[in-house]
Amino acid sequence: MKSFKWENAVGVFALLLFAVAQYMALFTAPAERHMSEVVRILFVHVPAAWIALVTFTLAFIGATGFLITGRRGLDWFVEASTEVGVVMTTLLITLGSLFAKPTWNVWWVWEPRLTSTATMLLSFVGILVLRSTVRDADRRAVFSAAATILSFVNVPIVYFSVRWWVTVHQIQSSPATVDPDMVFVLRANAFAFLFIAIWMIAKRWRIAKMRGLAETAPPLPPEVTA
Amino acid sequence: MSDSNKVRVGLAGPIILVVCIALVGGALYFLQSGMGGLSENLVYYMSPSQLMELGDESDDATVRLGGQVEVGTVDFDVDANLLTFVVTDGIAEVTVTCAGAPPQMFREGIGVVVEGQLQEDGVFHTDRVIVKHSNEYEAPVEGERASDVYQTLVMEES
Repeated sequence: MKSFKWENAVGVFALLLFAVAQYMALFTAPAERHMSEVVRILFVHVPAAWIALVTFTLAFIGATGFLITGRRGLDWFVEASTEVGVVMTTLLITLGSLFAKPTWNVWWVWEPRLTSTATMLLSFVGILVLRSTVRDADRRAVFSAAATILSFVNVPIVYFSVRWWVTVHQIQSSPATVDPDMVFVLRANAFAFLFIAIWMIAKRWRIAKMRGLAETAPPLPPEVTA
Repeated sequence: MSDSNKVRVGLAGPIILVVCIALVGGALYFLQSGMGGLSENLVYYMSPSQLMELGDESDDATVRLGGQVEVGTVDFDVDANLLTFVVTDGIAEVTVTCAGAPPQMFREGIGVVVEGQLQEDGVFHTDRVIVKHSNEYEAPVEGERASDVYQTLVMEES
C-alpha cells in the first residue's frame, strides 16, 4: 500500500529551504568584524540549539499527554522527538566546540552552559537506553514518560544558565545585538532546521508505531509460524 | 484488551505526572531563586577584586581569573614569545603573563578568563587564555576587511 505521507512534503520543502539558507549563510551573509568567516558556524550552531530545545519540549508535551490519556501514539511521539532531540543536541555540542576553538581559544570548558548542555544530552540518551531495556510496552511507556518529564528540567536550566550563573558562554543574542543581515539568515536556517526536525520526528514516529503494533499484536497462529 | 491504542494508566498516570512536574518545578524554583547559595558557589572564575581579597590564600593555587583586557596594556614580545596584559574589573587590576602568541580573538577591551597562579611578585602566570566574547555580531565597517582585522589583532600594536 503506497500512500502520500505529509511529512515527505515537509521534508522536500525543508531540504530546499536548507539549501537556500545555507547558501546565504556561506556566501551572502557578511563576515563578522572580529571573528571573520568563522562566524558562519553561528548559522548552524544556533539553529541546532533552538531546535534541540524545541524537540525536547515536544517530548515533554508528549509525555504529559501520555500520562493523562495513555495513548500509545503519544508514547511513540516521545520516542521520536527524544531521538531527534539527541541528534540535534549532539550537533549543537559538536558545532559549538568547532566554534569555540577559533573564538574562545578552547574546544571545551566545564562552565555552566556547556556542562548543563552535556547533562541534558546524557539524560535524554538515558531515556533512549531506558526504552531499550524495558521489555513490557506498557511499563516502558509509563517509565519513559516520567523520565522525560524529569529530564525536561534540563531544558530551562540550559536556557537560563547564562543568566543565572557566571559563564564563559555569552548570553542570548537578540536582533538588537546581531547585524540585520545575519538575523535574516539565522532565521531562515532556524526554520530549515525546524522543518527538518518535524520531518525526522514524523518518520521516526512511523517506525515507532510499526514496532509498537508488531509488539502488541496477538501472536500468530501456529500454522503461520511453523 | 478493549482498546489496544491505549495503555490503561488509570489514576497512576496523572499522579506520576503531578509528582514529576512538582519535582521539576521545585528544582527550577530552587535554582532561579539562588537559594542554597548556588550562584555564589557556582563561580567559574574570580574577578581581579576577588583574587586580591584572597591575598596570600591564593598563593600557588591554580585559579581562574576573569575580567577585561585593559586598553593600552597589551604587549607581545615576539622574541621571548611572551604575552603580557592587565586584566581588570574596573576596581582591581592584575598583570597577566602568558607564554605563547595571543589567541586570534584576543584584543584590548575584550573579556578573558585565564587559568593559572598568582605568583609572589603579584604577576598572574597562565598557560590557558580563554577569550570571552560578547553576544554582539556585527558586519565589518566600511572599508574594513574582516579577514585583515582577524589576522592583525594585537600584532599591529606591538
